[in-house]
Amino acid sequence: MKPAADKRLGNYALLLALLAAVVASFRFLGIDPGALVGGDSLSQMGRYAGSFFNPDFSAPHLRAIGHGALETLAMSAIGTLLAALLGLLLALPAAGRFGWLALSGSRLLLNALRAIPELVWAALVVLAAGLGPNAGTLALALHTTGVLGRLFAETLENTPNEPAEAIRLSGGGHVAAFCYGTLPTVWPQLIAYSLYRWENNIRMASVLGFVGAGGLGQMLYVSLSLFQEAQAATVILAMLTLVLGVDAFSGWARQRWVSA
Amino acid sequence: MSISLSGVGLTHANGQVALSEIDLQVKLGERVAIIGPSGAGKTSLLRLLASNLQPSSGQIQLLGQQPWQLGARQRQQLRARIGLIHQAPPLPPRQRVVTAVLAGKLGQWSLGKSLLNLLHPLDMPGARAALSRLDLADKLFERCDQLSGGQLQRVGIARVLYQAPELILADEPVSAMDPVLAGHTLSVLNEEVSRRGMTLLASLHAVELALAHFPRIIGVREGRIVFDLPPEAIGASALDALYANELLPAVPASATPAPVSVQIPRC
Amino acid sequence: MLNPALRDPAALPRLALTLLAVLLLWPGLALSELNLAVLFDERNATNMGRFLADFWPLAHDREFLRLLGRATLETLAIATAGMALALLIAIPGALLASRALSLSAVHRSGRPAWWARALRWPVRGLLIVLRSVPEIVWALLFVRAVGLGPTAGVLAIAITYSGMLGKVYAEIFESVDPRPSRALLIAGSPRLAAFAYGILPNAAAEMLSYTVYRWECAIRASVVMGFVGAGGLGQQIDLSMRMFAGGQVASMLLTFLLLVLLADQLSRLLRARLL
Repeated sequence: MKPAADKRLGNYALLLALLAAVVASFRFLGIDPGALVGGDSLSQMGRYAGSFFNPDFSAPHLRAIGHGALETLAMSAIGTLLAALLGLLLALPAAGRFGWLALSGSRLLLNALRAIPELVWAALVVLAAGLGPNAGTLALALHTTGVLGRLFAETLENTPNEPAEAIRLSGGGHVAAFCYGTLPTVWPQLIAYSLYRWENNIRMASVLGFVGAGGLGQMLYVSLSLFQEAQAATVILAMLTLVLGVDAFSGWARQRWVSA
Repeated sequence: MSISLSGVGLTHANGQVALSEIDLQVKLGERVAIIGPSGAGKTSLLRLLASNLQPSSGQIQLLGQQPWQLGARQRQQLRARIGLIHQAPPLPPRQRVVTAVLAGKLGQWSLGKSLLNLLHPLDMPGARAALSRLDLADKLFERCDQLSGGQLQRVGIARVLYQAPELILADEPVSAMDPVLAGHTLSVLNEEVSRRGMTLLASLHAVELALAHFPRIIGVREGRIVFDLPPEAIGASALDALYANELLPAVPASATPAPVSVQIPRC
Repeated sequence: MLNPALRDPAALPRLALTLLAVLLLWPGLALSELNLAVLFDERNATNMGRFLADFWPLAHDREFLRLLGRATLETLAIATAGMALALLIAIPGALLASRALSLSAVHRSGRPAWWARALRWPVRGLLIVLRSVPEIVWALLFVRAVGLGPTAGVLAIAITYSGMLGKVYAEIFESVDPRPSRALLIAGSPRLAAFAYGILPNAAAEMLSYTVYRWECAIRASVVMGFVGAGGLGQQIDLSMRMFAGGQVASMLLTFLLLVLLADQLSRLLRARLL
């Protein structure tokens, strides 16, 4: 019984340490939870929130939002698609198909791509390539390549090699062996991961506009900076609709095509 | 000469000796069965002949060429002329039977044609013909994970038939089938091979099937060839010696003729 | 045997799917204005090159390092405080939204009555809305509401992550073995007790694992939110970028990468320890 008791003592100590960390965080930031929700602060926030409850639904604004929404959707979809292709390309060496050197190199590249957040990528790409949705698409593609590449590599490592080897043994080339032997098995996983990342990217695409990468994010930033809360409210509603729509589609697609 | 092995030995990476001093000559158009106890080296021998494994010693010649003296590209071209039927068919579960069969000719198709075939099967009649020889024509568009073990093995055989190689190597091709179906399938395979002038080497663990269908039997034990005889010349004592020390006390009797009328298999 | 014309049953759906893909790809490429060439364009390359050249030497004077240390601690504090607040909302939210504690489900082998499901819908809906608006949008709003600084970041994380944690907790409650809690509910125990004794022991490990994983995400989110003025490392990076102080930006990016690495290791350690 002793090890179990030790473990429980350790868990309590850990819990205490976590609580201490939380309290320390609040004090370090100088946030007094009481002041946060007390009197003046709440009413101030309430007033600000209230200004959003009269969204602007005028036709020209809705048209602009429609265009922004399509731009954001396109950014996220094309960016994810590009990342899936590049990720698969990099996943092959990363899974060890081309030797140790290629493995280390590609893994390093994939880790670098995914460690840098999309927003930082967007800022860099805007600097290099200018404002607009292209920067957003590229930024999403670069970051997501790192994420998907690593996931794809893990999937490839767990896939049996025999079908592809059998094709090589009957004279087939490397590409044909991969497409006929390995791809049929990993295909559903690849699609599932890509759809899952698309759900994340539609949220990020909305946001990249803050650094000038186009879409709904840029509209939101502009309207908030000009204190046009009514217009901003419509943009937020549009963002919400996009996110919910993509989530629903991705869930449906994954269930229909992938779980088999 | 289709196959020529002289003094061939094979040692695995872990030091285990799989084959030693193998001398084997197989002429064009011959049909040979390889029998022996489990672990005797039958699969190693077939993989060696498929140029999957490189011999540790000795000379090997396949279809008039020495596979390990060739460049990689030429070896691939040689491999396209040799068909290996695997004991466990290497078919991706989600792949459709038609694609799995058509994959037999990947060694002969260009890359563009191979990729196009993935989208839409380019030679459905050809695949169907190969499958109908094995009574599986109705499974053309099913997925491989919807087939039974015996059906999967037959798809593997159909794939090699579609490949139309000059040399067929079969590693326990009927192990997952019931005796009637196994006999029928072996008859079909032998018919096809004779009709098209191919050479066939098959390893079997059911001795009756080997004795019934093949005019030349090679017995392998502990990595060596023990005998190389026509079935009439093999007596019960030779088989006893071959399979000695196995867990089973009984030994199959000498050759009985195959049943003349065979029901169409249902499986 | 007759040889009827062979038709691939998958041909029509594949054709339709390909057509659909092409129809969607064309406007998609147009709207996203995808142009990979810009990354390799010479002029842009010199721009980027000059920007990256500024990164060296890394800023390492004492004044700056103190600022860096404080900003890093601030980011950690924002993430931790935000998660704490998020838990305050998420746990009650999950308890309310989960079907695992439904009394009507007990007698229907797990499926609650229609009115029980309807009552849970507003809570589920709220959790979905909270997590569907990107946290940086919340950060932007809170910066406008309560001013620049870490408070906005804490509130933004609290709100978004309460939605995420709440939804996942509810799903975890529904995925564990329902029999212990159902037995307790049938015997008449109050719902909270049924939860504590029936569901919590089995669900705790998974809940903790996911919470630690989310804390790690919160750290990255805090940095990103800093770009819109919510304090921490991100705000400092934004300021340094505006001042074109490349060396400072480089040091801070490096610190960020190290921070993420450390958080990843800590998270793995905690999850291995707790599971």
